[in-house]
Order: sequence, then structure tokens, then C-alpha cells
Amino acid sequence: MSLTRLLAVARKEVLQILRDTRSLGIVVVMPVTLMLLFGYGVNIDLKGLPVYVYDQDGSQQSQDLLKHFQASPYFHIVRAVDNVPAIAHALDASQAKMGLVIPWNFSQRLSQGGPVEVQALVDASDDNTANVLMGYAQGVVQGYSTGVQISWMRSHGLSLQAAPINIATRTWYNEDLESRAFIIPGVLALVMSVIGAFLTSLTIAREWERGSMEQLISTPITAMEIMLGKLAPYFVLGMIDVAVCAVLAIAWFHVPFRGSYLTLTVSSALFLVVVLLLGFFISVAAKNQLAASQAALIITFLPAFLLSGFLFSIDQMPIVLQWITYIFPARYYVALLKKIFLKGTPAAMLGVDLLPLAGFTVVLALVATRSFHKRLE
Amino acid sequence: MPEQASAVVPNSVVVENLVKRFGDFVAVDRLNLAVSKGEVFGFLGPNGAGKSTTIRMLCGLLRPTSGSAQVAGFDVGHNPEAVRQNIGYMSQKFSLYNDLKVIENLRLFAGLYSVPSAKLKDRIEWALEMANLKGQENLITGTLPGGWKQRLALGCAVLHQPAILFLDEPTSGVDPISRRQFWDLIQHMAEEGVTVFVTTHYMEEAEYCNRLALIFRGKMVALGTPSALKRDSMTGELLLIECDPLGEAVEALQSAPDIIDAAVFGNALHLVVEDAAAAEPRIRKFLEAKGVTVSHIEKIRPTLEDVFVSLTTTRGAAEERKP
Repeated sequence: MSLTRLLAVARKEVLQILRDTRSLGIVVVMPVTLMLLFGYGVNIDLKGLPVYVYDQDGSQQSQDLLKHFQASPYFHIVRAVDNVPAIAHALDASQAKMGLVIPWNFSQRLSQGGPVEVQALVDASDDNTANVLMGYAQGVVQGYSTGVQISWMRSHGLSLQAAPINIATRTWYNEDLESRAFIIPGVLALVMSVIGAFLTSLTIAREWERGSMEQLISTPITAMEIMLGKLAPYFVLGMIDVAVCAVLAIAWFHVPFRGSYLTLTVSSALFLVVVLLLGFFISVAAKNQLAASQAALIITFLPAFLLSGFLFSIDQMPIVLQWITYIFPARYYVALLKKIFLKGTPAAMLGVDLLPLAGFTVVLALVATRSFHKRLE
Repeated sequence: MPEQASAVVPNSVVVENLVKRFGDFVAVDRLNLAVSKGEVFGFLGPNGAGKSTTIRMLCGLLRPTSGSAQVAGFDVGHNPEAVRQNIGYMSQKFSLYNDLKVIENLRLFAGLYSVPSAKLKDRIEWALEMANLKGQENLITGTLPGGWKQRLALGCAVLHQPAILFLDEPTSGVDPISRRQFWDLIQHMAEEGVTVFVTTHYMEEAEYCNRLALIFRGKMVALGTPSALKRDSMTGELLLIECDPLGEAVEALQSAPDIIDAAVFGNALHLVVEDAAAAEPRIRKFLEAKGVTVSHIEKIRPTLEDVFVSLTTTRGAAEERKP
């Protein structure tokens, strides 16, 4: 291993990156864009869902129930209508997510102490939203009906003061239940995948395409020196981008950061090495820029997006997909990021995610160095 | 000089029964040759003859299918890294980095060849001087004219003062004046003891070589100094005929007696015959009988191109006769 040769390649690579506005753009603009996009644009919190109501009863009690809905942060009563087709139309036109129909005998049945049903029509084209919404609606009605029960019992001389069982919830890690805090740490995995695999896959394939690889491998430089020399500048760029993203996440988006900077640095460096090696291997195998960049996106960027737990939690996936997530390094890095940012999990407990990444590093390093020969065939 | 020297000076390149196959295609077929130190050795042949394949095997970039080659005393198949320490290589396609400056390309290759830092400045100065690129250090390589790029590529290939230089069609696509300058550089390096192994398909460049190998369809068809090749390799003698119309004359001559080969060279015909003196009157008569006016006919000394055409057509015809 000659440091002179390695540095010669690394210096050349830096000069080429600095002169290539396209890759410079990716390095500088992409992380910030992705952070802003996911920080502001993607919000999977369900709040203020539009509701249409048809109050057939029009009594004190029915208005009371509607006030409970209005008071909940999850619902926003947009309009009161006087027929069911108007609700159907509002659901069709996506003006409402839910329609509430309170029957004409609502207050009468309540005063008799008998059960009464309130109809909720829910737009379930998005099943996830529909499920959450039904849960919230159930909660509101439950709360109201407990109140009714208690006052009924009291008025009949019984002394129950409150519902017998109450659940006292405390949300940990993401106290405000903000989806932003859940999403933003994972953006780092996306950024790393693009910098690591996408950019490096281009740089090596480009050398084959332009013929400069032939000149390069006719010199005494070893395959290992080429690999390290080419990857080193991208490693530095990737780590700078990690820092930029982390600062944005913490200072701008106020995502809680409870872990240590050291574990963040170590985890990021490890994941970066894995994707760099992947990018290197892809470009050695593909030898042309188009195929290499496509392969890099499919093998690293898409899984980082879809199969890493970044947006969609892995527990909720079909079991087969859950297995598949294990073969993509992004899964472990996203898990690490969420633990480091939100939970502040101690370093000793991060081994479950760090070890697989270390395993990927070893395997890919072997595969990448074996696949790259200083020959033209 | 090199011809006599080869006995005492160890050979820089020794090739024995070298074969390269790509699937069923035999790109290089049982090649044997030896190149001595300080020699300018030309590898001449049409595109696809196997020139680049040979040079790539000698640089350790392709693995020989069979046979062996020693470059600077190291086997290219078993010890390509040792070979690479001792050679400079210019590939056929310009393959420096177009987005780097002239000086940055030079520094890169100085680093790749581990030129010691004490000598670095001198060597780069020397290369700039040699390539006539002084004052152009900060130009982006991609903006240089073709001839300048070739000289820069040569400069990069010799920064580490290699004993052997492999140049694969170094002057293709370069204007004639730049080509001439480039060959002056090559001659100069050879005088300083560098062995130069160069491929070309320009016949006039072949004349600058100390020795030539003519290669055709992967096989070496002739080997020798340019003058020896011209003297000895022709079967028969050469007649130049100026006549009108040229096209009909060539066609008619295909069926004429005594003629080994007929080919158009510029606005005249070159005929290969057994005995020029005897054939001359017979051919004049034959052509005039066919209605062709012969304005001039004379016996000439063959050029390398004649030698090459003659060797390849007889070789090609012989191969086609084989079942």
C-alpha cells in the first residue's frame, strides 16, 4: 500500500468533484432539499380531519356530543347538513373524511337510560387514516357516554364519581407525538444512500466509459489503492452531509437529540462505508454510468426509503417484507438514528444494529476488492 | 545501430508463441519477437490486426491465452505489477482526465508512478519542456488541440523515466505537423536508451522505426528493418503504370498473364511481376489491345505500402484457398 499513490487518486477525485457542478449540486443541495422536503412537506399526523354532521335530533344532548367532537384536536366540524345524501356527496368529493348522523330519538333514548347508536360514515379509501379516525371517534363518544352514565347514576342516588378504570398514558421519546420527529432522523439514511452509492457508482463507471481506467491500471497503483483513493473523498463529503443534516434536524426542526454525538458519528461512518462499498461494487460490475446509477438507486435509495422503517414502520409490514428488510443496511441505520435521536439508547445497547452493519462492511469489502481487477477483460 | 546491438544488450521485450483468443476469435496467433534496448520497434498493420491486443498483453492489461512475454525481464502473465513499474503506456484512445488542468494530470501520474518528491519538480518541468507545454500548465486538458494532448499523454507516460515505452497508435487523429514533432520526441527518447514499442497504421511513420513487424489477422507476416523489408519481402518486381482509363485497366489486368498483383496507388497502378524488364512490353501491348492508353511505365523500388499490400494479399489469398 503506497500512500503517495492513494493520495494522488484521492486528490484527482476531489478536483473532479469540484469541477463537476452536477455532483457538487448533489452533495450540497440534495441534503438540505431532502431535509426541508421531509421536514415541512411530509406530515403523517392526523389532525383537524374535516367532519360533516347531520343532527336529526337537534337537542341539548346532541349538541353536547358535537361539542365533544369539536373540542377534540383530531376533528374539525366543517358543516352541518340536513340530509344523508349531502354527507355522501361530501365524502365523494373529499370535502369530509367522516359524516356523523345523530338519530332523531337521541336525547329521548338517553333520558330513558337506553342504548342509542350514532352513525359515523367514514372515508376508508385510505385505510390507515380510517382506522385511526374510527379510534378517535370511539374515544370521543366513549368519553361523552361515560359522563352521561355518571350523571344518570348520580341522579338516581348512586355514588359513583368517575369511571372505574382509567388509563393514564404517557408518551415517551416523542412526547408531542410529532411525525416530524419520527421522520427527520431517517432522512440521513436517504442522504447517505445518494452520496455513498449513487455518486460513487457514477465516478468509477465513468472511468471505464471514458477509457481513463485503462491508463490508470497501466500504472503500478494497486486495486486497493484505487478503491480507497476514490472512496475517501466521498467519505469526507458524506460525513460533512451527516453533520449538516444533524444540525438542521436539531437546531431548525427541534427534533430531540438524546444520544451522543460520538455514537451518531460512529454509526453514520459505518453505514457510509457500507454504501460506499456497495456503490463501488455496483460500478465495477456495471462498467457504464447509466446501468450503475440505476442499480445504485434500486439497491440503496429505494430500500432506504421504503424498507428501512424511515416512513413506514417495519412491524406493520407483511412478514415476508419484514424478512426482506434484514438484507438492506438502511434498516439498521434508520433504527440507530431513531434510537440515538429520540431515545438516547446507551451505546452498549446499539450492538444489535451496529453489528449487522459491521458484517456488511466486511462482506462488501471482500466482494468489492475481489471483483475489481486491474485487467481489461 | 540497434540491429548489431541486440547481441550484446539484453532484450527489453521477448515474446514467445504469444496467443490471445476471445472466444473463437484468434486476435493474436503465435507471435514471436524480441526487441532490444533503445530500439524503436514498429508494429504495423490494419485496424483489427491484433496490434492493440498485443500491446495490452505486454502491459499486463490482458492475460495471454497461451505463450509468454517478458517485458524488462518480468513475465507479463505472472508478474504484471513488476512490468508496470518499468513501462510507460499510452493507450489508443486519449485517456488522461479532460476535466483536470495540464499540471494536475502531470502531478497525478507523478503520484501514481511514485516519483520521489525530491525529483518531482524537475521531472514535471522536464515533461512540460519536452511536450512543449511550458506556460500552458493551467489550461484544462479537454480544451487542448489533439497534438498537444498527445504530447501531454507522452509526458505523463515518461515522468518516471521508464525503460520501455508502449505507444498504441499515438498519432491517430493528429495533424501531420504535430505527428512529425511527436516522432522527433520518440527518436530523441530512443537515443537516450528508452525502448519504444509503437503501433501505427501510417506507412510513412513506419519508416521512422528501426525495425518493423507487419501484422495481419493476428499473425506476423514479416519482420525486419524498413529497408530490408522493401528489399527482400516482395516476391517479384514492381512496375508503375500511368494510363487512362485507370479503372478499366485494373479490371483488364486481373486476367493478364505474368501479373502477380495489381493495385491502384493514387492516380497510377502498381503491378507486381516476376521480371519487370520482360513484362513491360507485353503489358503495354496487352493494355493497348484493350483500348487503354499507356502514358508512362517504369520499374520502381517498392514502398512499405507495396510490401504490405503484397504480403497481405498473398497471405489473404492463400488463406482463402484453404478449405
